[in-house]
This record gives sequence, C-alpha cells and structure tokens, in this order.
Amino acid sequence: MKILFRGLVPICRKEALHIVRDPGTLFFALLIPMLQLFLFGFAVDTNIRQIATVVLDESHTQESRQLIQRFAASDVFAIKGEAGSRDGLYDVIRSGKARVGIRIPYDYARQLQNGGTATVLVLVDGSDSTVAAQAVSTSTGVALQQSLAQVLPTGNMPVEVRPAVLYNPSTRSANFFVPGLVGILLQVMTILLIALSLVREREHGTLEQLIMTPVAPLGLMLGKMIPYGVMAFAELCAILLVMRVVFLVPIHGSILMLLLLSLPFLLTVLGLGLVISTRARTQAEAFQLAMGTILPSVFLSGYIFLIENMPPFFRAVSSIIPTTYYIRILRGIILRGAGFTDLWREATVLTVMGCAAILLAARQFVKQGAQ
Amino acid sequence: MAEAITADRLTIRFGSFTAVNDVSFAVPAGEIFGFLGPNGSGKTTIIRALCGLLRPSEGGGTILGMDIRKDAPEIKRHVGYMSQKFGLYEDLTVGENIAFYAGVYGIRGAAAEARKREVLELTGIEHYLDRRAAQLSGGWKQRLALACAIIHSPQVVFLDEPTAGIDPVARRALWDLLFRLSGEGVTFFVTTHYMDEAERCGRVGYIYMSRLVALGTVPELQRLPLANPPGTTRVQIAIANPSTVLESLRRMPGVREATIFGQFIHALVDSDQLPALKAGLPQGQIEPITPSLEDVFVTLTTRIMETAQ
Repeated sequence: MKILFRGLVPICRKEALHIVRDPGTLFFALLIPMLQLFLFGFAVDTNIRQIATVVLDESHTQESRQLIQRFAASDVFAIKGEAGSRDGLYDVIRSGKARVGIRIPYDYARQLQNGGTATVLVLVDGSDSTVAAQAVSTSTGVALQQSLAQVLPTGNMPVEVRPAVLYNPSTRSANFFVPGLVGILLQVMTILLIALSLVREREHGTLEQLIMTPVAPLGLMLGKMIPYGVMAFAELCAILLVMRVVFLVPIHGSILMLLLLSLPFLLTVLGLGLVISTRARTQAEAFQLAMGTILPSVFLSGYIFLIENMPPFFRAVSSIIPTTYYIRILRGIILRGAGFTDLWREATVLTVMGCAAILLAARQFVKQGAQ
Repeated sequence: MAEAITADRLTIRFGSFTAVNDVSFAVPAGEIFGFLGPNGSGKTTIIRALCGLLRPSEGGGTILGMDIRKDAPEIKRHVGYMSQKFGLYEDLTVGENIAFYAGVYGIRGAAAEARKREVLELTGIEHYLDRRAAQLSGGWKQRLALACAIIHSPQVVFLDEPTAGIDPVARRALWDLLFRLSGEGVTFFVTTHYMDEAERCGRVGYIYMSRLVALGTVPELQRLPLANPPGTTRVQIAIANPSTVLESLRRMPGVREATIFGQFIHALVDSDQLPALKAGLPQGQIEPITPSLEDVFVTLTTRIMETAQ
C-alpha cells in the first residue's frame, strides 16, 4: 500500500503551495465558472413565448378579428402588424421580421355561418425547429378551440385533460438547465486545472526529475488529484448555492446525498484530466484537448437534447460520457428528490470510469517515463 | 564494493532504431566519470537505463551491485539525478524545494531537518532559504538543484549536462563541490559538452552513433592509436594571421585536419609530408604536440565516419 502511493503527501503539499502561490489562477478558476453560470443560467429559456407574427386579414369581419384575438391571447404569438398582400406576408417572413404569418381568407365569416370549413393559412418559418413546432401546435390548438366554441355554444367540454406536471410544476427552463450546467461547468474547470498542472511539470522539466525519484505513479496522480479535488468540491458548493439562491431552483432531495454522489463524478473528471495530461506535450495542447471534451458533454449527455431521441450510435456514445450519468444524478436529486436507491447505478458507473481513467493515466505515465 | 556503476554490453532499441549499441564500462566508487558525445548519441538514454527507467533490449548493468533490470525501485532510492533543466519548482522557495525532495525520498522529521541543514551548508545556499527559486541566478539554481539531488545522501549521482548555460565562475564552484563529495566516496556520472570539464574527470567515455568509441583517462585517450594514426604527426603551427592561412593549409598535400586554437593552428599531418609543409610555410614555426581532448574526439569522429562510408 505504502509503496503503491509513495510520494502522495509531499506532492499533495507541494501542489497546495502552487495553488496558493498563484492567486490569479485560483481566482479565475473559481470565478469563471460562476460567471458562466450567471450568463447561461439567465440566457437559456426554452419555453417559447411571443413569436413575432404578422396577419393578413382579408375577411375584415367580427369573426376574423375574434380569431386574431385568440392567437394573441395564447402568449405564444405576438401580433406585430398587418401585411398588405399575400406576397407581403411571405416577404416579412423571408426577411426575418416575423416568424409566423396568418392569412384569414375573405370568405372566412361566410364559411363559418354556412357551416362549411373556413381555411386559415398559417405560414411558419421552419428555420428554428422548436419555434416552428410550438407555432404549429399552438395554432392547431387555437383552431380547435375556435371550432369547439362554434359547435358547442354551451361551453361544456365533453372531455377535458388536466395536466399535472410533477417535479417542475411551472416548467421553468432554469430548473431543468441549471442543474445540468452545474455538471458541465464543474467538468471544464476540473479537467483543465489538473491537466495543466501536470503538463506544466512536463514543460518545466520537473517531471523528468520526479520520475527519477521513488515517487510512485499513483502517488503522483492522487497527490495531484486531492488538492484540485478539494478546490472543485468547494466550487461545486458555491455553484449549488447560487443555483438555489439566485436561480431559485429548489433542491427536492438531500443536499448531503447530492454532494456525496458528486464525488464519483469529480473522480472521473480528475482522472480524465490526468489522461489528457499524459497525451499533451504542451499546455496549449492540453487546453485544446480539455476543450474538446466539452462539446460532446454538452450535446450528447442529455444536457440539451433528449438521449431517447438520438440515433442508436449517439445513444451509445452518450453512455460512455461521464457527464450523462452526473446529469442524471443532479436532475434526479435536485428536481425529483431521488435518493441513493435510485441513483447507485450512475454512481457506480462513474466510480468505475474514474478508477479506470486513473489507472490508464498511471500506466501511460510509466510508459512515457521510459522514453 | 569496488564498482559503483557497470554497463555490460548494454543495448537499447526503440523499434528499429538502436539508441545504445553494445556499451560496456565500469565506474569505480568515488570516481568522477565524464561522458561525452554529440546530442542524440545516446547519453541520456544510458542514464535512464542505468536508473532502471528503461529496460535494456540486450545486456545489462548494475548500480552499487543492484541489477538495473530487477532492482529499479531500490536503485532510485540510492541514486541522485540532476538535469540541465534543474527540475526545480520556480514558485516554491529554496527551503520548500529542498523539503519537497526530502519528502519525496521519504526523509521525515528530525532526520530531514538535519540533512537539510547539511546540504544547505554544503552548497552555501542557506542565505537564500526563503527566496523563490525563480529569483535565483543560474549558478544558484544549479546549486539548489544539486542540493535537491543529493538530499537523500545518494552514493551515485548522475548529472546530465549540469553546467550548460552557466557562467565559468559558477561552473568552477560546482566542480569544487563535486570533488569534495567524490572525496567522501560519492560516484559521479557527468555528461558534458565542455572539454575543460571532461579534462577534470578521472576517466572519460566518448559515445558516438550509439557506440562507446573511446574510454580511458585523458592521457590514455591522447595516446589512442585511432586518434594518432600511424604515419601522422600532430603539430602546432605558430603563425601570424592564422585565419588567412587556414584555407590554403587545408588544401596542402598530407594535411588531414587543421583548425585554429587562438594564435595557433593545430594540424594532423602525414609525417612524410612534414618537410614539404615546413618549406611551404617558411614564416611559421612548426612543432609536434600531443593532441587536445577535442583533437582526439574530432579525429575519432572523422575516422569512424570514413570507415562507415
């Protein structure tokens, strides 16, 4: 045991000195994730409201004005003005001034009165698929409501759905996105700090010196991981505090369990940072490699896009990304109040990944020492 | 135990490239052994193999009687290493650097304090105890690096180009320190490009194209047949404006090598052409000399290249 981790304590102490001696790096390492949390936490809102809409009302009747009123009342559409002609309607959408165009035909009121089908054209700009989907479904809903009001003058609906949204009742985007963001920010900061610390030793030639000493590879690796792990853990606490206090995301589960189940993730990202540091010759290279881990973690971890909707290949990729599991832990505990019995699998996967990464880094390190 | 370091037909290959080819030597305890050779000739690779970091492809070696193939962890505890890059943490103070390496070698408590005081006294760096390594001059950095390299009282110390880029006064101070330690029985294995440093060593090995091509004391090397080919004489030519004469001298028959040493030209000349040379340079004073170490290595290198072709 002692031989396996030889050098751990002095390396740990030295690394802590490096951190304290360089307050600039310390400050930015802790501050930048915090700034990003504020920036992205406020910017990201996937609930689509107030889509710019223009109307071409050829009917000019009480009925057509009532329909426009219903569109406006939905909060999804914001009526920005009227188009003069059919071509004008297309022009406005093409130029990007509006995303939705509604044309109510001249015979709209007549068709309603005669019991025929009044056709309303809704033009939707499909360049943003979420906006388009929201516009289509809401306009269909508006038409349905209007039709029902027409055939059921009493106003009593035969069937009514009462949706009860559990765990995030107001369906606030922040509640969904900020917990995921915690994982992403923690990952970037931790990987970068530890990878740079080891590559710096390579650049300065101190690594060459260290491999000539009896320091064991695992002693070196863990000696680096402990101080940076402590730093990352402190940052996690700070980020969670901001999430709770500033973004008002309630934590439904146990905070203690959340912190405890964050440890396997920290282990994994620290290990990942070490693996990167064995590949990189220069700090710039390490920086690029660390940045390279961000995009997959953002797009394939379920942070933004549903994993269930991905093609099988990307679902497989997402299952080897550590962030996938940590985001499940974060959302599980924060949003649904899940506990250890729900999340032990995720924690186990992360622990295994972390240990594998550390062993891989140690092995790689021994091999390189020989060159 | 007489031999501190031995290499026995040591061969190291990286894929198809042979970095060290059939190298054998033995360094007795307390000797300062100089190791010379061009960059990339295999000097650092040999050090790494002797420290147990690299498994030899063939052959082997020992450090203080320990097998470099089997006893690598034990060897590391008894060997000191200092590289050209010094391996110091610039943001740590002198004291912290020494304390770190003491910790790494497992020296703790009172023993660490006592040993720290010893190396501080030995290297004379105690006045700078609280100064950051980054703020030290090259010479002091070098002494600190040595202090760190010997903190665990190693009996064998490898110095890989320890004086590159250091001023002459600091270099001399370091060599004084090495002699003092070698007097106490520490064995040094020093690689260098400086001939004056090589001449301070007890014995010198010269490695060229992965092979150890010469080994011995400086006088032995100067008498080496390969460096003094039969039928040739090495001469020193005292002449005004040697640089203007050099080119024409090189074109004269029987002149194998010619190079300028200050006010003189050193040349390797076919002995039977010597009278002709004297006749050709009436204004010059020509007298035979023993070759300098540099002469020896240059002649060796050209001879090897000639036979290789």
